[in-house]
Amino acid sequence: MIRINERQEDFKPGLTLLGLRDKMKPDADIVIYNGFPVPDDRDIQDGDEMVFIKRGETPSREELESLMVSRHSPGVHEKVKNASVGIAGVGGLGSAIAIALARLGIGRLVLADFDVVEPSNLNRQQYFVHQIGEKKVEAMKENLERINPYVTVECHCVKLDSENLPRIYGEVDVLVEAFDRPDMKSMLVNSYFESYPDKYVVAASGLAGSGNANDIQTRLLGRRLYLVGDRVSAAEPGRGLMAPRVGVAAHHQANKVLEIILGGEL
Amino acid sequence: MTLTVNGEAKTLEDASLTINELLEKLDIPVEHIAVEVNRDIVPKARFAETGLNDGDVIEIVRFVGGGKS
Repeated sequence: MIRINERQEDFKPGLTLLGLRDKMKPDADIVIYNGFPVPDDRDIQDGDEMVFIKRGETPSREELESLMVSRHSPGVHEKVKNASVGIAGVGGLGSAIAIALARLGIGRLVLADFDVVEPSNLNRQQYFVHQIGEKKVEAMKENLERINPYVTVECHCVKLDSENLPRIYGEVDVLVEAFDRPDMKSMLVNSYFESYPDKYVVAASGLAGSGNANDIQTRLLGRRLYLVGDRVSAAEPGRGLMAPRVGVAAHHQANKVLEIILGGEL
Repeated sequence: MTLTVNGEAKTLEDASLTINELLEKLDIPVEHIAVEVNRDIVPKARFAETGLNDGDVIEIVRFVGGGKS
């Protein structure tokens, strides 16, 4: 079998990439072969995936999702589509993580935060000026739907605590900790593993300021807890939180979520 | 007993010790931490009942602030 614009087709020996394009979508000017755009013709092998796109053309809703994931590595879409990820806190870390995971096409995202969007958030958080005053979870749901309408977004406008957290995140495959306060980070890790010792948590600690981005690392603790950050750079007077370093940490977290999902350990 | 705490060997006179007692000795408040014993995360609710043994490898993570609001 081969896959053309996410539709399964029978494989016949002797097919070539541009030959197929001429047959399926002769006006296509972008040819993506196994997740990578290629300019030249080549023989098609059994199992190959190709996507033909006409630049500037708005695809039908049915076709859009397959075109959106055409630059994913082969096999990624099916796995992430079936995954469910919790994000606890949608501030600097959580808003960037949510966007990365929505662009990936994670099937279901569960967001929780009690806060509203404030002007001082906009130096690093993925909201817009017109959303000032809106509940963060609702503003983020709106932004995610504009990015990828195929992701199911579940919102909880609550302050998370050791009581409601295991309930809200009981069904997710991976939980991402994206709080600001160290006591909340500790609360999440401790209460979640108390209820679900076999689930994965991706937490962060140490990402403030403008220090070397390479000091931010992902480290495994125990068997199921990943900790992202330099572990020392706390937000404090004289050391603020800014988009680049917060973004580095957020994307470490999002990438670890992807690795866990693709690793087949769920 | 001898424990490895955050990569450093620590020899203690105690014959038995719980996680809570170790944290008290090291003067580490419990509010901001997560504790791993021999590659397992031990939730805070079990600090008082979890005894440590000679040779245990303990990792105490102290969270620092920043990320959300």
